Amino acid sequence: MGFVGWILRRLAWAAGLLLSVAVLNFSLMHMAPGDIVQTIVGEMGGASEETMAQLTKAYGLDRGFLDQLWIYVSRVAQGDLGYSYYFNRPVLGLILDRVPATVLLVFTALAVAIIAGTFLGVMSARYPASWLGALVTITALFGFSAPVFWSGLMLLLLFASVIPILPASGMYDVAQGATGIAYALDVAHHLVLPALTLAIIYLALYSRLARASMIEVLGSDYVRTARAKGLSENKVVFKHALRNAVLPVVTVAGLQFSAMLAGAVLVETVFTWPGMGQLAFESILRRDNQLILGILLLSAVLVIIGNLLTDLAYRFVDPRIRTDG
Amino acid sequence: MAEERARGPWGEAWSVFGRNYAALVGLGLLALVAAMVLVGPLVYGVDPFEIVGAPKMGPGIEPDAPFGTDYLGRDVLAGLLKGGRPTLIVGICAALITTIIGITIGSLGGFYGGAVDGALGRVTEFFQVLPALLFAMVLITLFTPSLLTVTLAIGVVAWTGMARLTRAEFLRIKQLEFVRAARSIGASNARIIWRVILPNALPPIIVSATLATGTAILFEAGLSFLGLSDPNVMSWGMMIGSNRNYLREAWWAVTFPGVCIFITVLAISLVGDGLNDAFNPKLRTR
Repeated sequence: MGFVGWILRRLAWAAGLLLSVAVLNFSLMHMAPGDIVQTIVGEMGGASEETMAQLTKAYGLDRGFLDQLWIYVSRVAQGDLGYSYYFNRPVLGLILDRVPATVLLVFTALAVAIIAGTFLGVMSARYPASWLGALVTITALFGFSAPVFWSGLMLLLLFASVIPILPASGMYDVAQGATGIAYALDVAHHLVLPALTLAIIYLALYSRLARASMIEVLGSDYVRTARAKGLSENKVVFKHALRNAVLPVVTVAGLQFSAMLAGAVLVETVFTWPGMGQLAFESILRRDNQLILGILLLSAVLVIIGNLLTDLAYRFVDPRIRTDG
Repeated sequence: MAEERARGPWGEAWSVFGRNYAALVGLGLLALVAAMVLVGPLVYGVDPFEIVGAPKMGPGIEPDAPFGTDYLGRDVLAGLLKGGRPTLIVGICAALITTIIGITIGSLGGFYGGAVDGALGRVTEFFQVLPALLFAMVLITLFTPSLLTVTLAIGVVAWTGMARLTRAEFLRIKQLEFVRAARSIGASNARIIWRVILPNALPPIIVSATLATGTAILFEAGLSFLGLSDPNVMSWGMMIGSNRNYLREAWWAVTFPGVCIFITVLAISLVGDGLNDAFNPKLRTR
């Protein structure tokens, strides 16, 4: 069982998973009451029998279910995710346009949460009797218990209304029309609130995780050895223990993609951030079935990639996993 | 009979729980929320959808609407009292569904192993790959939003964690001596699963089910914030969602429902953490 064999088997399994995701979602859309023609006709405000028949034929709805499913799946296999009737554009391009905004938001939030969470967790393990421990506990409880859309609105109220220092919505100032560095700064300015909101949830998780694993690592034999040879406590904590304590935080981060996407939908709605989450919400409201199918499938792809990368990281970190393939 | 003399593990856990102040605070908050949601609407009979006065009236201005009115002039207090019911019902029922599905799939996979475990593991992985919130949103819009569809949608997307936990517990416990002993005296598989292994796997499952209730409540709140809930049932998330465009002029209509959700979930997670400490003997020395 070499590495290549492992990768190949994982990829084959991923393809199978994606196929089942596509089949399940397509079948669900088919089972649900109403179809695309009714949606379009509804938005047009009614249409003649003739037009409806034409539309039905154009969308292939006059064929049997298995026929339609086969056409859909073989198109997807060729990279054609269909056509959005509402935006009047191919689905794939529509989604890919929105991916950068979501990636920027999610990764900034993740970076903030990992860095601040690790720092808080490690410091509270380093100074167990200080107020830092209480701060970690309170942050964790708040992050877990407060609905993310509500904490976003509260931050909005505070920093865009009471103390108006940050923009309330969007990704950049349309009126400014800035380019280059000015544009980057403008985006960064708009990014602060949404990223902070999203970071709060993960900050809670990571600070708790970092503290627990730091406490465990600080009790291990090699740390005792490091202390015994007379290293300062700071050196022990930051040079010897930190690396091992951070591992679980990073690996957990990789497995959170599905949850992250859920957070992104809500945060993007609160701050009208033009990302994938907002597109997904719009497509669901508009009943833009092809677009919904495309987004669900691409999200599944992202989750699978995230899991695969996490597995890879595990294999490099812990050699014992490599043998059982 | 032995349990009457020496304290059993459950009694032991209960006494640890009783000495945990954070957990007791959680329990108290939970009782408060329950009283507010169950008794509140009976005492304060205002319809949360009825327009009672001028819109966007601040709290404390009009004695008729002590928590103010929302952007349409509906009584915020009435919404707070009545809006907890769907949130709690959906949260509890959805957590129950995730627990039932999770225990079933996890226990069968963990107990039988082999091909059964492989097949169930694939089903679990399949549901893990689906983006939970988006998939729930799709299910709810496809089959019209109602308390039932929202509950089912949350239950269907959220059970994978419980299944993995139950499976791990079963894998661990089925190796232990007393399970072999039960098998050697000829106990059936069903009996071993339900009467021998499951009771011993319950502590982490109970903790996880408690925390799952909190997650399900947040899930429901998020969905109704997005407008994906029964439009005829007032809920905390819905209040926040419908008032969010008037945040500047009527902050109270957004802030108070959020505080209610926060306190409810906080209480549940405090109780969950307390149960975790109480069931986990390693932590008892602290």
